[in-house]
Amino acid sequence: MDVQTLTFLIVGLSFALYIGIAVWARAGSTKEFYVAGGGVHPFANGMATAADWMSAASFISMAGIISFAGYDGGVYLMGWTGGYVLLALCLAPYLRKFGKFTVPDFIGDRYYSQTARTVAVICAIFICFTYIAGQMRGVGVVFSRFLEVEIETGVYIGMVIVFFYAVLGGMKGITYTQVAQYCILVFAYLVPAVFLSLMMTGHVLPQTGFGASLADGSGMYLLDKLDGLSTELGFAQYTEGSKSMIDVFAITGALMVGTAGLPHVIVRFFTVPKVKDTRISAAWTLIFIAIVYTTAPALAGFARVNMVDTINGKDGAGTEYAQAPSWIKNWEKTGLITFNDKNGDGKMFYSAGKITDPASKNEIKIDRDIIVLATPEIADLPAWVIALVAAGGIAAALSTTAGLLLVISTSVSHDLLKRTFMPNISDKQELRAARLAAVVAITISAYFGINPPGFVASVVAFAFGLAASSFFPAIIMGIFSKTMNKEGAIAGMVSGILFTIGYIVYFKFISPDLNSAENWLFGISPEGIGLIGMVVNFVVAVAVQKVTKDIPAEVIEMVDSIRSPKGSSDAHAH
Amino acid sequence: MAFKNDEQAKAYWSENLSLMFKLLAIWFLVSFGFGILLVDVLNEIRFFGFKLGFWFSQQGAIYTFVALIIVYAMKMNALDKKYGVDE
Repeated sequence: MDVQTLTFLIVGLSFALYIGIAVWARAGSTKEFYVAGGGVHPFANGMATAADWMSAASFISMAGIISFAGYDGGVYLMGWTGGYVLLALCLAPYLRKFGKFTVPDFIGDRYYSQTARTVAVICAIFICFTYIAGQMRGVGVVFSRFLEVEIETGVYIGMVIVFFYAVLGGMKGITYTQVAQYCILVFAYLVPAVFLSLMMTGHVLPQTGFGASLADGSGMYLLDKLDGLSTELGFAQYTEGSKSMIDVFAITGALMVGTAGLPHVIVRFFTVPKVKDTRISAAWTLIFIAIVYTTAPALAGFARVNMVDTINGKDGAGTEYAQAPSWIKNWEKTGLITFNDKNGDGKMFYSAGKITDPASKNEIKIDRDIIVLATPEIADLPAWVIALVAAGGIAAALSTTAGLLLVISTSVSHDLLKRTFMPNISDKQELRAARLAAVVAITISAYFGINPPGFVASVVAFAFGLAASSFFPAIIMGIFSKTMNKEGAIAGMVSGILFTIGYIVYFKFISPDLNSAENWLFGISPEGIGLIGMVVNFVVAVAVQKVTKDIPAEVIEMVDSIRSPKGSSDAHAH
Repeated sequence: MAFKNDEQAKAYWSENLSLMFKLLAIWFLVSFGFGILLVDVLNEIRFFGFKLGFWFSQQGAIYTFVALIIVYAMKMNALDKKYGVDE
């Protein structure tokens, strides 16, 4: 069977599985729709959360980014997993005890204010749409390359599948589908990595193969070879990177606090029965995430060596374009690889610099998003591995999209309608509103998938910056302070957001030509500014709180109650 | 409130906070400390084929994070039992 038939088969089977689960797990009440009835086993919830967490960015882009950035790419590894530690230790158990459905719910109740709730809803919706646009691009890339359909058709197919199980099953359908999606994506991620590790170093575990010596007889360590290649081709050393220390620090910090404030991940902890289960489930989730996250940098290293060797040849003199391996030509068709034979010798050569710059020897431009997807082909792995990776990429994108859609629909039906504008609607009506909101959200995201805004990459900085400078401080102070009042929290959120948005908009949209280290505040790039936004939020909140009214006694009681784990299952029953 | 008295509630909370701060100190040390601030110093040390600072940034920090969350879950669930607030 050829690669394409096999890919259709494997992707088709995975879709059939998702739909089967959706029919089995239909939601009957708002509680099932929002939090899967609150009765999901911690182990299953751990897997589902891991799938929810690991988006198309984790599966498709992350190893590619590390492959090109080396040490600098570590900000994503430490940032995303480290943020998870913050979430598990400082937020999740308390929010679970609080026992309502959403993050804006917590902010609105804790700060006894509709204004705070509305600010939180707007942030949540913005963060979610930003994220979905990225997922849809991932689905589009996979479809257009492996199934050779138009990107539009790919997006429609993806949307119909998500529509089916998210609208029908709500959180219940999504949770059990995500369990299946985790299994598919982790298998799809590990298989090529293990193959490559065995081929290049003789180690079964990519995590140890990464630090081992090459099996090509040279006895050289893989990472030393990478450092050597990078220097030779004009890049910064692979294990050193090129970003300044303060910027690496700030970006890691912003990603950490931003991740801890992501609404679609926080909501996952509302689905287990007890506070105790929240902690256990969080531990399972990070174990499941770590399997992929410790493999990613290894895969990145293997892919880098493999790619440079394939293009430049073992002798480093370049390979004849006429004899280029099929993956180069396949990806050229999608526009993600470009070859420009500058010196006209018919050979490909890869090095630092732009392919349009006559001063550089580089003749080949490779989009970093293809590294994971193209690796099985580069390493000449069997066709079923290629098909599996395609199914894994789609699983990663769909699982995250579904989680995000749920947050959007809950924000509309629960936070806006039920809690703000129409408090008298019945459970049935609220459920209908939630489904309707999911339909509208899917339609809007399909539009973004087909007409992706040209600034997706810069917008992602927004999502993390916003979460870092708004939600994270508000939730932390809501749990750990008994004096933070509504005036302080709102002033903090608003100033944190304005500062962060202002900085990002200035450097990304108004004056992109000034976007370089010498113009940045303390040398911190827009990607890392959320960390400073968070500090601004804390400082303003505390200052305003000092000069405004004390918080009401019943709110102090509420804080006491979320600090005590007992009674979480009752809290869930109402 | 599920605690027997206010003393108990205060004691529980301060044990909870002290565990959390200890774990967060390790969290900061392995990521921001070993992976970023001290990376150049640690890179002088070899750990198999890795430079040690680089290893912390791309592998070691993540393993430590997993251990931290497991310790947290076990200790907190034990703490709940000790104060009779487990379910």
